[in-house]
Amino acid sequence: MFKIKKNSLNKLYAAIAEAQTLYIPCNVNGKPNFAVWGEGADVDLASLKTVKSAKEVFFPQCEDIVSFKTKGKEITVIDCRKESEDFVVFGVRACDAKSFEILDKVFLSDPVDTFYKTKREHGTVITLACSRPEESCFCSAFGIDCAEPSGDVATYFSGEYLYWSPKTEKGLNLTNSLKNLLEIANDKDNLALENEQKNIREITKKLPLYGLDLSKWGADDLLEKFNSEKWQELSSACLGCGACTFVCPTCQCYDVRDFDKGNGVQRYRCWDSCMYNDFTMMAHGTPRPTQMQRFRQRFMHKLVYFPSNNGGEFSCVGCGRCVEKCPINMNIVKVIKAFGGEGK
Amino acid sequence: MMNDMLIPVVGVVTDIRRDTPDVKTFRVVGLDGKKCFEHMPGQCAMLSIPGVSEAMFSITSSPTNTEYMEFSIKKCGCLTDWLHSIDVGQQVTVRGPYGNGFPVEEDLKGKNLIFIAGGIGLAPLRSVINYVRANRSNYGKVTIVYGSRSMDDLVDFEEIKNEWANEKDFNVHLTIDRPQEGWDGHVGFVPAYVKELNLNAADTVLLCGPPIMIKFTLAALIELGFNKTQVFTTMELRMKCGIGKCGRCNIGDKYVCKDGPVFRCDQLDEMPAEY
Amino acid sequence: MKKVLDIMQKRAKQLLGEGIVNRVIGWKTGEFGYDQTPAVFTSAAELSSLVYDSFSAPNLSKYLIEETKKEGKALVFLKPCDTYSFNQLIKEHRIDREKVFVIGVECSGKVDINSLKSRGAVGVIGVEDNGEKVIAHTLYGDMEFAKDDVLLEKCRSCKGKQHMVFDELIIVNPVKEEKNDRFIGVDALDAMTPDERFEFWRGQLLKCIRCNACRNVCPACSCIKCVFDNQNSGVASKASPDTFEEQMYHVIRAFHVAGRCTDCGECTRVCPQDIPLHLLNRKLIKDMNAFYGEYQAGTDTDSRAPLTNYTKEDVEPNVISDKGGDK
Repeated sequence: MFKIKKNSLNKLYAAIAEAQTLYIPCNVNGKPNFAVWGEGADVDLASLKTVKSAKEVFFPQCEDIVSFKTKGKEITVIDCRKESEDFVVFGVRACDAKSFEILDKVFLSDPVDTFYKTKREHGTVITLACSRPEESCFCSAFGIDCAEPSGDVATYFSGEYLYWSPKTEKGLNLTNSLKNLLEIANDKDNLALENEQKNIREITKKLPLYGLDLSKWGADDLLEKFNSEKWQELSSACLGCGACTFVCPTCQCYDVRDFDKGNGVQRYRCWDSCMYNDFTMMAHGTPRPTQMQRFRQRFMHKLVYFPSNNGGEFSCVGCGRCVEKCPINMNIVKVIKAFGGEGK
Repeated sequence: MMNDMLIPVVGVVTDIRRDTPDVKTFRVVGLDGKKCFEHMPGQCAMLSIPGVSEAMFSITSSPTNTEYMEFSIKKCGCLTDWLHSIDVGQQVTVRGPYGNGFPVEEDLKGKNLIFIAGGIGLAPLRSVINYVRANRSNYGKVTIVYGSRSMDDLVDFEEIKNEWANEKDFNVHLTIDRPQEGWDGHVGFVPAYVKELNLNAADTVLLCGPPIMIKFTLAALIELGFNKTQVFTTMELRMKCGIGKCGRCNIGDKYVCKDGPVFRCDQLDEMPAEY
Repeated sequence: MKKVLDIMQKRAKQLLGEGIVNRVIGWKTGEFGYDQTPAVFTSAAELSSLVYDSFSAPNLSKYLIEETKKEGKALVFLKPCDTYSFNQLIKEHRIDREKVFVIGVECSGKVDINSLKSRGAVGVIGVEDNGEKVIAHTLYGDMEFAKDDVLLEKCRSCKGKQHMVFDELIIVNPVKEEKNDRFIGVDALDAMTPDERFEFWRGQLLKCIRCNACRNVCPACSCIKCVFDNQNSGVASKASPDTFEEQMYHVIRAFHVAGRCTDCGECTRVCPQDIPLHLLNRKLIKDMNAFYGEYQAGTDTDSRAPLTNYTKEDVEPNVISDKGGDK
């Protein structure tokens, strides 16, 4: 365990950024989001949640896949992929760190998505324990301990210090490169940190969504859930926007599109939402013509289909962003509860 | 860097055959004159014209064809309109193969096979039929029931007439929806024809066509004593990646691009009716 | 506010019981006391979960487009600002007026939960509003705010407490009209140099995640098929490799709703990135007022809007270049 004074953090950021790109939550035009650190950046580690999740670092909202040149009847394929450069993403909360494991199951399963893989290999994840969980948080329902996040390095605020604990070889390498800035923590520090963690866990138990019960969900009863009449009422106010999808750390659906640059075609992928009415549109129509069906798809995927294909694991980490951002306050918590997953 | 399935190769269209007023069959080879990749019957490929769009098509040629791949494509949307306007020599991009294909080396082996197709639904079955012809001793008797709106809408009519109909132990039954001048064959919808034909309920069925045709044909087969476990069919949904990641083509927990497009009809009963 | 809710529930039950309406469109409570969801109630029993308080912000008028396609008459509760949207939708023939029973409800301004949060109220598990003060109960203690400081943007520039359309009104405590300057933010923008203004909007619009919440909540965005959902339009509704497109999305949308936007402020309320979209709409409203005379969309159902009307007094097109200077 290491530590660094809070008022020296800027030196730490600068030292990391000297060797590689550093992504860190910053206040950009009024909202906290992961951004590239530079001198004068308005770092915001106080806000619990960035608007967009940290997944954007590995799976950007918009990403080039391949370019084409066309001349008459001829087509040239230009592989524009580049091996990712090393980078660090700092300030990832426990829920977002867990979301990477879920995205791994999608993008690293055969056939591997090389765009994602190269970023995962070259990215070092520095997590940050939550000091003040909020009412919309329910990560504990998914077995996540917000006081003890995973990652290559886990960090914790306590008192005057940020504590720093390398967890993987990648984390150790980064730690070694920053040795002249990090002090070794003593027994007193360890005790203080343990107390801090204990406090955080106590708060977690007081959260209004603590004890959210997912035992009714999972791969079983797929058809029964699908055919339930509850979806109609749950979805009745849904606007069909993509706010929940785009702030979600585990939503992984994407669209592939071509952009005519005039001197060639750029094929790119971008986040897509199953809430959109054109998501499954084909020349002869769509299998999901109503918002109820599209709404149902999103939650069935997270709570039934994904577990069915991934050994029971849910595609939700309880970050609560959708709970905060839905324009009409309909969300996965209300869905879970509607099917008998009452909280405490 | 290792290959990525999203990055296609270039193929050249070396032949275009007009099958029906709205179906053309495109022959595609790689730039080296060889097949772009190997596949199994029922598998699909993503074809695209950069700047227009990319979409999934069933590979209609048999894997036993060592020279080229063929795609029978109905004109019905943005990309297919474009494909119907191209000439021989046009390059396209190709990636694949995708999906599970028909179990030609497992469940279908040694069986008497009944192929039932409606309209462009013949496309994926043609690959299997020609695979069976090339490996004739591995399969029993073959019955083909194929229907279309009209005589002009029968895809691969020449091949059916001149090759399949003359194959040993092949029984070919064609039908069209309404009477037509110059047609002395059967008239009527496929499901009704299936009932008339008194098919052997011990045989294995491969069924492809528009959803409504599949629905009624399956009901007819069950009436004849077939079990759903004997019937294989294909599904079609919108796809973008072809590898089970873009999240678009799922029916319940199954991705059509990866777990399909071929499903046994009893499997469909366990899936949500959202297709 | 509790008294208003009691009357609303009682009257709704009455109208349901008498068969005058067959369903009620209102708000339903959520998990934390501030997260209300628009809901349809079909029985007296269900109506016990109807709420109306400082967080009943969602504008219910747009839901009536679909609701009035259904059988029977629906009762809807509308706040003063919502009635403008309702009128505008009537004018555009999107809502069948005969199938709606409108009860106008009093409103003293709605509280913005994000405003409480940005002022340090973390972990909010309940909110009290006594009219002057708003008290947030949080996991980390109580916090008190002056209500005026934590109102939604749309309420800070309230158009007025009068309902433009109603069948009945429920007003227990008449709310004092306050004169708000709706164009404060716009004036500040107008005062910028073109370069500053361009930078301001670029910074704001770059935050856009193209979730379409602003469009989907907007009562003026009632097209059955939006151009941004048309795959073949070249501007379909997803992220683009060209940031220019993100910016054009909002500008095109603002122009498309110009003259029809009632300034209900829902776009700004729902934006997950807090883009001040209302400023785009208000800029157009302010300019139209200057060019064509004062006009407020949604005050009536039959007047001609400035952009769908022609008078000899209309401003000449060169006003654009005059105002824009040499940029």
